[in-house]
Amino acid sequence: MPIAELRNLVKTYEMGPVQVHALRGISLTFERGDYAAIMGPSGSGKSTLLNILGCLDTPTAGAYYLGGEDVAGMDDAALSDVRSRSLGFIFQSYNLIQQLSVLENIEVPLFYQGWPAHESRQRAAALAHLVGLGDRLHHRPSELSGGQQQRVAIARAMVNDPLVVLADEPTGNLDSATGREILAMLDQLNERGKTILMVSHDQSVAERARRIVQLVDGQVVDDYRGETG
Amino acid sequence: MLGFRVQSTMRMGLKSLCLHKLRSFLTVLGIICGVCSVIAMLAIGEGASFEAQEQIRQLGSNNIIVNSVKPPEEGSVATEQTSALKYGLTYTDAERLRSTVPGVAVVVPSRQVRRHIVRRQRRVDGNIVGTVPWYREVANRSLVRGRFVTTLDMHAQAAVCVLNEAVARKLFPMEEPLGQTVRVGGDCYQVVGILRASSAKAGSAGGEPTVGLDIYIPMTTAEGRYGDTDMRRRSGSFEATIIQLHSIIVQVSAPMPTLDEMTHTARAIERVLRHGHNKQDYEIVVPLELLERARETKRIFNIVLGSIAAISLLVGGIGIMNIMLATVTERTREIGIRRALGARRRDIVAQFITETTLLSSTGGLLGVALGLVLPYLVTRFAGMLTIVMPSSCVLAFSISVAVGLVFGIYPAYRAAAMDPIEALRHE
Repeated sequence: MPIAELRNLVKTYEMGPVQVHALRGISLTFERGDYAAIMGPSGSGKSTLLNILGCLDTPTAGAYYLGGEDVAGMDDAALSDVRSRSLGFIFQSYNLIQQLSVLENIEVPLFYQGWPAHESRQRAAALAHLVGLGDRLHHRPSELSGGQQQRVAIARAMVNDPLVVLADEPTGNLDSATGREILAMLDQLNERGKTILMVSHDQSVAERARRIVQLVDGQVVDDYRGETG
Repeated sequence: MLGFRVQSTMRMGLKSLCLHKLRSFLTVLGIICGVCSVIAMLAIGEGASFEAQEQIRQLGSNNIIVNSVKPPEEGSVATEQTSALKYGLTYTDAERLRSTVPGVAVVVPSRQVRRHIVRRQRRVDGNIVGTVPWYREVANRSLVRGRFVTTLDMHAQAAVCVLNEAVARKLFPMEEPLGQTVRVGGDCYQVVGILRASSAKAGSAGGEPTVGLDIYIPMTTAEGRYGDTDMRRRSGSFEATIIQLHSIIVQVSAPMPTLDEMTHTARAIERVLRHGHNKQDYEIVVPLELLERARETKRIFNIVLGSIAAISLLVGGIGIMNIMLATVTERTREIGIRRALGARRRDIVAQFITETTLLSSTGGLLGVALGLVLPYLVTRFAGMLTIVMPSSCVLAFSISVAVGLVFGIYPAYRAAAMDPIEALRHE
């Protein structure tokens, strides 16, 4: 069973009087353990696709099955539940909550899952150690470098053991050296069996993935499945 | 599991508030003032009302007090001669009231003259009050020591006196007054008792400088020694006033009379007196009536107070809502992140309502603390009795919590209604 399946996905939205056809019938299948990059020029719909994959947005038409669940028609509460259970997000600008410590940031998805404080603390600490931040558990994001913040984000994305990890330009705000560290970490996650879907405009970043999906004008124009780059 | 989330939410809310301590404090200032002023003002009002009611109660809720008052000037010619002004209540009045007014149990006449009371080198400018033995019970006075005037004293026209506490203190600061003698003019009286001070003063005589400096002697003794005439020097001429009785306390037989019954009896008294008097030289005071009026005043005061408090709490609530709306806008990104990580709309609502409620409750607590301190200070430095009512503290605090809940709803819903994608793009 594929871990994520899109069938004829269409997304149209209104921008004032104009109708924007962001996605015009996308059909994609992702298997467990896939490492895919979605590329395309601006306006190609890759952000929209990522939002729908991340259950932050619902398609206008078509089907989306995540882990076998039909999520296309779900209401907001159900989608929120899917996000906290089955998805992990890594953003270009890290998106950590400034008032919370490293530990507290990592355990946020568990909080919304209803985990008791003690257990969520333990799991968050374990993941912090995994990404190499075991000595900064109580630091605030403002006290960390960009690379460290992104590592916190990775730990957070993994804390709920999601079906899919979604990354939106994960190295966009980092210098090349740090960027390479982060990508190495993502490689490791994938080696352990995590499915990673990444959006990037950077060819060198995209080539780390084993599969590159090219999007133009809301449609898939290429789906290259090669070996690890 | 609900317990954990509620606890965590509250902890997170508290942390957010502590991050902006000054802002949080200024936001709840309205609530602190509202809660504090309600508690403090109610305490002051309750104290004042209690004192007033106690005074009236001491006069006796089943008593009617009739005082002699100087009638309005009739244009008497002030000459160099002595002019004798006769006015006020008479023995006949007292007898008529006792025998003809229905429902009357006892009648306590009294007359007083102002004299110097002397004990060795000490001197007190006070009142000699001649009255009857049952004055003590009717006027709700208790004895500190000794006894009051008795029927035997009345028969014998005995030269005994009972001192008011204040007089006893002034004349006998070191020694035991009982058994000693005091001198008034050329007369000596033996002290047989000390009466506890009374805070009550019914009628227009309350402003006199000799208030409370009374000694009580048998009525018969007073009649024998002082008669009816009281000579006083006033602006060049001697003014003599002839007053038989200065006051008559009428006690009704019903132990717990209603206001209607008392008013009825008071009117009957008025009729009897009007018969025997051709001028308005008396006043009738019904303590129960005063009590009712005092209660009504308190009720109105509380209503006014409640309105003011409601307004200030409303203003406080609007302040909280205003700040919360700004906070929500500030934290748009954070809301987007939380939603992306799995927060449902109701989680966001819960988060922000918790924050506003914590804010208002903290303000409420501070207001209660201040509201307890203020009346204490008032009592200490202004000498006024204050009675803090625990119910007012509970009520004011509960309302402050409710204000946080109610005024937090709109900002919380604004936060929850945000589109996560838009929110993530923000700022």
